[in-house]
Order: sequence, then C-alpha cells, then structure tokens
Amino acid sequence: MKTKYFFLSVLAITALLVVGFNAQAAQAPMKEVKSAKGKVSGANIFNRLLKKDKQRNAPPAEDGIHDPANDGTHVLQPPLIAYDGLPTTEFGNYVDWVKSLDDGLLKPRYDRFDPTVEPLVMDLDIVREVRASMPDVVFPHKPHTQWLHCSNCHPKIFIPQRNANVISMSAILLGQKCGVCHGKVSFPITTKSCTKCHSKPKPADWKPPKSEASLKNPWR
Amino acid sequence: MCAARGITKSQAARVLVFFGEFMEGGSMFKSAMVGLLSMLAVLMLPQAAQAEYADVVINNYADAAGMRPAVFPHWYHRIRFRCKVCHADLGFKFKAGGNKITMAKIIDGKFCGACHNGEISWSVENCGMCHSGVPGTPTQIHGSTVQRLVAPTYKSLGKPAK
Ligand code: HEC
Ligand code: HEC
Ligand code: HEC
Ligand code: HEC
Ligand code: HEC
Ligand code: HEC
Repeated sequence: MKTKYFFLSVLAITALLVVGFNAQAAQAPMKEVKSAKGKVSGANIFNRLLKKDKQRNAPPAEDGIHDPANDGTHVLQPPLIAYDGLPTTEFGNYVDWVKSLDDGLLKPRYDRFDPTVEPLVMDLDIVREVRASMPDVVFPHKPHTQWLHCSNCHPKIFIPQRNANVISMSAILLGQKCGVCHGKVSFPITTKSCTKCHSKPKPADWKPPKSEASLKNPWR
Repeated sequence: MCAARGITKSQAARVLVFFGEFMEGGSMFKSAMVGLLSMLAVLMLPQAAQAEYADVVINNYADAAGMRPAVFPHWYHRIRFRCKVCHADLGFKFKAGGNKITMAKIIDGKFCGACHNGEISWSVENCGMCHSGVPGTPTQIHGSTVQRLVAPTYKSLGKPAK
C-alpha cells in the first residue's frame, strides 16, 4: 500500500516538474496581464528575444527535427551516449573535437576504406592582425589539416598566401571565409568561442585607433 | 529530465502506461490516470527545435515525393570519418542541399551511396534511418550561428575609413 502511494506521489511530482519546466521553457505567447490597475501589456516579459537550449544534445526523438512517429528515429543513437568520456566545450556539440583527436580518444578514418591511412598534417600558424581591440587571430594549419584536405580551402576559400585574403567578422557571420565551416559544423561563433580564434594578445601598449568623427569632434 | 541519458519520451510514456496498469483499481487508479494524463499532455506540447549542432536536413525533393526529409548527422559521421573523406574524396560541396542528392545517384554509389551500400555501412533499404525528419522541415544546417541570431546577419560598412 505504502509503496503504491509513494509511486503515486513521485509520479505526480514528476508530472508537475515537467509541466513547470516546459511551460517555462516554451516561448510563452503574449497575454494580457490583468491587475487591479487595469490591463497591462503582456509585452514586458523579462527575455523578449533570448532563447536558451532547453536541453543540450537532445536524443533524436526529442530534438524537434527528427519525427518521433518514424520508427527509424528510435534506432538512431542519442549523441550523449557517444560523447561519454570526450573532453567538453561550452558551444557547438559541446565536444572538444581537436583535443579528442590529439588525445587519441577518436580515430576517424582519413580514407574511406583503409583505417591505417594517416592524414597529411602541416604545422604552420598564420597570424592575422586585428584592427580592433580583440586579440589577434591565429589560424593554425595543424588542427585543420588533421580533419581537412588542402583542397577544401585552397584556392576556393583562401588564396594560399599570407594576408592575400580580406577577412572580416561580417564575412564570417555571412558564412564566408572561416564562416564556411565555423558556425555550421566546426565550432560556432559565440561569446565563449571568440578567443579560440582571437588567441594572440595585443601588445601591452596597444590602444584602439580613434575614429575620424571623434578626432574632428568640435565639442570634444 | 527523464531523457538525460537517451531514454526517449515514448519509452517514458510506455513506462507510465505500465504504472497505470500496475495501480489498477479504486481512487488510486484515478489519481494514477491523472498523473499519466498530465504527463502525456506535456509530451504533446509543441517543442522548439533543439537538434544536435550541425545536423543537416535535406529536403529538396523528399517532401514532394511523400517521403520524410533526410537528416544527416555530422557528429555521428565525424566520429568515424574526417571531413576530407566526404568533402574532398566524395565531392560533397559545403552547402546544405547544394549537392542535389537523389536516390538514383545514391544507388549509383554516389553521395550517401558511397558508403550506405552494405559494405562500409548499412544499405539503402533502411529508408527510415535517413528519412527521419519532421515532414515539412526546410533544408538547413541545424543550430548554425546564423540560425541562432536574434537579428539578420550584420553587414559591415565595407572598408573602414582611413
Ligand atoms: C581550413 C582551411 C585551410 C586548409 C585546410 C589549409 N589551409 Fe593553407 N591557409 C589557410 C589560410 C586561412 C591561410 C592564410 C591566408 C591569408 O593570410 O590570407 C593559409 C595560408 C597558406 C599558405 C601561405 C603561407 C605563407 O606564408 O604565405 C600556404 C603555403 C598554405 N596555406 C598551404 C596549405 C597546404 C599545403 C595545406 C594542406 C596540407 C593547407 N594550406 C591547408 C587555410 C587553409
Ligand atoms: C573548411 C572548413 C574550415 C574553415 C574554412 C576554417 N576552419 Fe577552423 N576548424 C575547422 C575544423 C573542422 C576544426 C576542428 C575543430 C572543430 O570542428 O570544432 C577547426 C578548428 C579551428 C581552430 C582550433 C580550435 C582548437 O580547439 O584548437 C581554430 C583556432 C580555427 N579553426 C580557426 C579558424 C580560422 C581563424 C579560420 C579562417 C581563417 C578557419 N578556422 C577556417 C574547419 C575550418
Ligand atoms: C573562426 C574564427 C573566429 C572566431 C570564432 C571569431 N573571430 Fe573575430 N575575426 C576573425 C578573423 C579571421 C578576423 C579578421 C582579422 C583580419 O583582419 O585579418 C576577425 C576580426 C574581428 C574583429 C575586427 C573587425 C573585423 O570585422 O575585421 C572583431 C571586432 C572581432 N573579430 C570580434 C570577434 C568576436 C567578438 C568574436 C566572438 C563572438 C569573434 N570575433 C570570434 C576570426 C574569428
Ligand atoms: C543513406 C541515406 C538514405 C537512405 C537509406 C534512403 N534515402 Fe532516400 N534520399 C536520401 C537523401 C539524402 C535524399 C535527398 C533528399 C532531398 O533533397 O529532398 C533522398 C531522396 C529521396 C527521394 C526524393 C528524391 C528522388 O530520388 O526522387 C525519395 C522518393 C526517396 N529518397 C526515397 C527513399 C526510399 C523509398 C528509401 C528506402 C528504399 C530511401 N529513400 C532510402 C537519403 C537516403
Ligand atoms: C560522411 C560524410 C561527411 C563528413 C565526414 C563530413 N561532412 Fe560535412 N556535409 C556532408 C553532407 C552530406 C552535407 C550536406 C550536403 C547537402 O545537403 O547537399 C554536408 C554539409 C557540410 C557543410 C555545409 C553547411 C552549409 O553551409 O550549408 C559544411 C560547412 C560541412 N559539411 C563541413 C564539414 C566539416 C568541417 C566536417 C569535418 C569535421 C564535415 N563536414 C564532415 C557530409 C559529410
Ligand atoms: C564516408 C562514408 C559515409 C557517407 C558518405 C555517408 N555515411 Fe551515413 N554512415 C556511415 C557509417 C560508417 C555509419 C555507421 C554505420 C553503422 O553503425 O553500422 C553511418 C550511419 C548513418 C546514420 C545512422 C546514425 C545512427 O544514429 O546510427 C545515418 C542517419 C546516416 N548515416 C545518414 C547518412 C546520409 C543521409 C548520408 C548522405 C547525405 C550519409 N549517411 C553518408 C558512413 C557514411
């Protein structure tokens, strides 16, 4: 008897928790809040635009793009099972793919058939000076050539010559240059990932250049 | 919550149904049903998409042919292959939907068919493994930075003033 009541209360509490959790997470539709002082706009919710992941690395049947009504969906592997034991990051797949390779935790094939073929790795860092206060960008060939082939980047995305390419953050966010991969499959552009690329600190005496409007400003 | 380690919602639902049967009888049964129903109601709520970063939905033709869109999981494949295998050797272009994949090409050994041929990986008769997308989902690379922006991508002024 007691165990049955225990189960019941556990069940009820779980249901309540799930309801609360979902109601909070689902973007609540705007509704008018009635108070003693009359109608108040429902627009003044705390986060108008911020959307947070309800759940990281959701299993396929719950991820919103796989159809749970399809039987095959339930055969697919949930990512978290595969990621167990891999070093983590704060963005993208939440897996540090570069470190996983370096530590020998993963051994993806470089050849479709032969698991023993080794990649053609080139260790050459390219430093790109950044006009803004952000640390300078270091482009490391090593992690890239561990995954990719030279022809994936040269010459279609980058002319293989130091500083021959015009790169800017806008271009990257538009999906060009580094943004062909970063923000799509390789680690994304978020506050927490900026310093992965912007990794070379500016000299101690560096100051941001002043804009012309500021230099000419008569009220300064 | 219950999904933390890969237990799907339908599995959870099955467990609950089992509980319901277990508690057969009287008012207890009723309260079990209330719990069960509220749980089910929650599961029916529309969910925001939150798929794994870099999952590609390919839906150039599938919907029109009455198939669910194909979903390609990058994370699963990059554990097994480097990008070079697909994007250099097999010639997949870096563009979701840009390769105009069809079943005729796949059974001809191109694109997915270079591996999903019963030799390197399971064969094409497993339609539901690839065609697993929610019907009507447009072609996209899921979870991309651009998709997550609050406003359209910023376009710079061009050359900064000298
Ligand atoms: C992920 C893309 C990517 C891959 C893959 C890649 N590179 Fe590069 N490469 C770059 C970028 C970016 C630069 C810098 C261009 C610039 O500064 O304008 C560069 C520059 C170069 C340069 C010019 C260096 C200099 O000092 O002028 C050479 C040579 C080069 N790459 C060769 C290679 C070779 C060989 C491979 C294959 C083993 C390769 N790259 C793979 C992106 C790549
Ligand atoms: C063709 C695809 C491609 C392009 C273009 C590309 N990258 Fe990458 N990059 C990768 C991949 C794949 C990795 C491996 C890590 C991952 O997938 O998150 C990587 C890793 C890195 C890392 C190493 C991170 C670490 O953990 O050590 C840095 C830094 C980086 N990229 C910077 C750049 C910069 C800067 C550019 C543009 C000049 C660029 N990448 C262009 C594919 C690309
Ligand atoms: C994939 C690598 C990468 C990531 C991640 C990245 N940047 Fe950049 N960023 C670059 C490159 C490359 C440049 C161009 C450097 C140059 O002028 O050659 C740049 C330039 C800039 C500039 C100078 C203005 C411009 O557009 O040239 C600013 C500011 C900047 N980045 C801010 C950020 C911030 C903030 C983040 C994090 C949200 C970030 N970056 C993340 C690669 C990256
Ligand atoms: C290895 C993954 C994979 C498997 C297995 C697979 N497909 Fe496809 N299929 C695709 C991809 C990718 C596309 C392109 C989707 C698009 O652009 O709409 C596609 C497209 C299609 C299309 C529309 C384009 C065309 O060729 O006419 C149909 C219909 C289709 N598949 C049916 C099937 C059927 C039936 C099966 C099982 C016998 C099957 N597929 C198995 C990956 C697969
Ligand atoms: C097993 C094959 C395979 C592997 C391995 C693979 N990809 Fe892909 N990639 C694809 C397919 C398939 C598409 C979708 C093409 C389409 O829809 O026509 C794609 C699309 C892309 C896109 C296009 C996204 C856009 O802008 O629409 C990028 C970028 C990309 N892959 C980068 C990578 C990187 C980086 C790696 C290595 C970490 C990688 N891929 C590994 C098969 C692969
Ligand atoms: C380079 C080879 C290769 C290519 C190209 C390739 N796959 Fe795969 N794929 C594999 C292998 C290997 C597996 C793992 C098979 C196994 O578990 O036995 C796999 C597994 C899968 C899975 C199941 C993932 C899971 O959770 O078990 C899906 C879905 C899939 N592929 C879809 C596709 C689609 C769609 C394409 C084409 C757009 C494609 N693949 C192209 C090699 C490939």
